[in-house]
Amino acid sequence: MQLPPDHAPVHHGIAPHRCGECCTTMKGVGVRYNGAPVLEDIDLHLHCGELTAVIGENGAGKTTLVKCLLGEISHGGEVHFLDAAHRRPDSPVIGYVPQHSSFDKSAPVSVLDLFAASLAGRPACLGVSRSVRDAALEGLRRTGAGELIDRRVGTLSGGELQRVLLGLALTPVPNILVLDEPMSGVDHSGREQFYELLSRLRREYDFAVLLVSHDLATLARFADRMVFLDHRIVCEGTPAEVLRDTRVREAFSLHSLT
Amino acid sequence: MIEILLAPWHNALASLPFEWARFGFMRLALLAVLLVSPLLGALGTVVVANRMAFFSEAIGHAAFTGIALGVLLGLSDPLWSMLGFALLLTLAIAWFRRRGGLSSDTAIGLVMAFTVSLGIVILSRGGDFARYTNFLIGDMLAITASDVAWLALLAVAVCALLFFFFNRLLLAALSPAIARSRAKHAGAAELVFACLLAVVVTCALPWIGILVINALLILPAAAARNLARNTAQFFVWSVAISLVAGITGLFASFYASTATGATIVLAAMAVYLLTLLRRSAS
Repeated sequence: MQLPPDHAPVHHGIAPHRCGECCTTMKGVGVRYNGAPVLEDIDLHLHCGELTAVIGENGAGKTTLVKCLLGEISHGGEVHFLDAAHRRPDSPVIGYVPQHSSFDKSAPVSVLDLFAASLAGRPACLGVSRSVRDAALEGLRRTGAGELIDRRVGTLSGGELQRVLLGLALTPVPNILVLDEPMSGVDHSGREQFYELLSRLRREYDFAVLLVSHDLATLARFADRMVFLDHRIVCEGTPAEVLRDTRVREAFSLHSLT
Repeated sequence: MIEILLAPWHNALASLPFEWARFGFMRLALLAVLLVSPLLGALGTVVVANRMAFFSEAIGHAAFTGIALGVLLGLSDPLWSMLGFALLLTLAIAWFRRRGGLSSDTAIGLVMAFTVSLGIVILSRGGDFARYTNFLIGDMLAITASDVAWLALLAVAVCALLFFFFNRLLLAALSPAIARSRAKHAGAAELVFACLLAVVVTCALPWIGILVINALLILPAAAARNLARNTAQFFVWSVAISLVAGITGLFASFYASTATGATIVLAAMAVYLLTLLRRSAS
C-alpha cells in the first residue's frame, strides 16, 4: 500500500527544549498468529518529547503493536532504542499504562502497596519503607495524585486510577511511555484532563509517548503524530493529515469532523 | 539429631499445668500447628490474590498418585514420591497453560481428574484402598519430633523465598501487564511460588488431610481480605486468623475427639463468617 508523500516521519525536535535525538525505531516488524498476519511491515519512529497516537479499528493489531514494543511477544523485524548519543542501551526504561479495566480492583491493596510492589525493596507484606514511600509520593505528585497514596486501589474512580497508573509508569521516568486505551470507560472531562496532563509531562520529562486510543477528537488536539493501523500502517502524519484521509474517515465514519 | 532444635520448646510446653500438656503427641501437634498454620496463612495471601486456589486444590489431590508411585516403587515413606510428583505436576500445569492454549482452570481440571483417577486406580488394586484413607482426613496427632523439626526448617526456607518474591507476585496479581512491562521474567516468580506451594501442601498433607488442606490456605486469606485496607494488614490478618483457627481447632479436636484438620477448617470458617458480618457492616 502506497503512503501519501506528505506523510514522511517527522524528524528532530519540534520545540527547542526537546533533544529529539533519542528515538525508538520499529523496522519491518511483523507478527503472525496461527499463520494469519496480525501485523505486517511496521516501520515506526518514536521520538522523545513526541506524542504518537495509534488509531485503528478493533482487531487492527494495535495491542499487538504495543506488545512488540514492550517485548512481550516474539516478532519479525527489529525494535531498537537509540539514546541521545545514538547508542543502544540494553534495556530502555519503558513505562506502561494499561486499560484500567484490566486492573484487579477487589484486592486489599493501597496505592502505596502498588508502588512498593513495583519498586525493588522490602516485601510489601512487611510494611513499606520511608524511601519507597517518598519515591511513590514523588511519582504520584507528577500526576497530581499525591493525596491518593493511602487510598485502597478498589475505591478509586477510573480517572483517579489512571492518574495513579500514569504516576507509576513515570517512576522511574521512562524513555518511552506506552498507553493502551488508558481512558476507556472514563468520562469526557476526565479524558481531557488526562491528555492535557500527559501532554505537559512528555514536554517536561522529554519521553516518547505511544498512545493507543479511540478518542479521535481529543487526540487531534494533543497528538503530534497519528498512525492509522490496519494490520499495517495505512497512513501516518499530523492528526489533521490523517483525519483528512478518506480511508480513516471511512473506517471511523467521520462525517461531522471537518 | 535434628530434634535437638525442638527440645527446649517441647519441654517448656510439658511444664504447663493443662491436661493436654501431659501428652507428648499433643505438645508436638501444638508445635506443628504453630508452624504450619501461619505458614499456610502467609502463602494463602498469595494464593487468593493470584487466583491459585484451584491449583493448590489440584496439588493436594495429586497426592493420591504420589502415594501410589511410592507404593509401586516400594518406598517406605511416600513423602518423596509425593513431593516429586507434586513438582512434576506443577511444571505440567504451567506447560499446559503456556503451550496448550487452555484456560488455566481447564488445564488444572484436566490434570487433576487424571491424577486423582490414576492414584485411586493404583491404590485400589486388590481392594486395598482403605489403608490410605488416613491421607484423606489427616492425622495431626501422629506427627513425630523429627517431623516438627523438619517442618521448622521448611518454614524458614519458605518464608525467605516468599519474602524474596513477594513484590513480584503482588504486582503480577494486580496487573500482569504492568508486571511484564517492568520485569523480563515476570512469569518466573509465579512458577517458583507454585513449586513452593506444592512442597508445603504436600508436606502438610499427611497431618491435615487431602480433603481439607486447601481450605486452610484459602479461608484465612479470604477472611483477612474482608478486614484489610492494605497489603501489610492483609498479610498480618491472614497469618493471625490462621494461627487462632489452628490453635482453637487443635484443642477443640482434642476435647471432642474429632479429626484435627477438619476441626481447624471449621474454626477458620467461623472466623470467615464473622469477618463477613464486619464487611457488610462497614
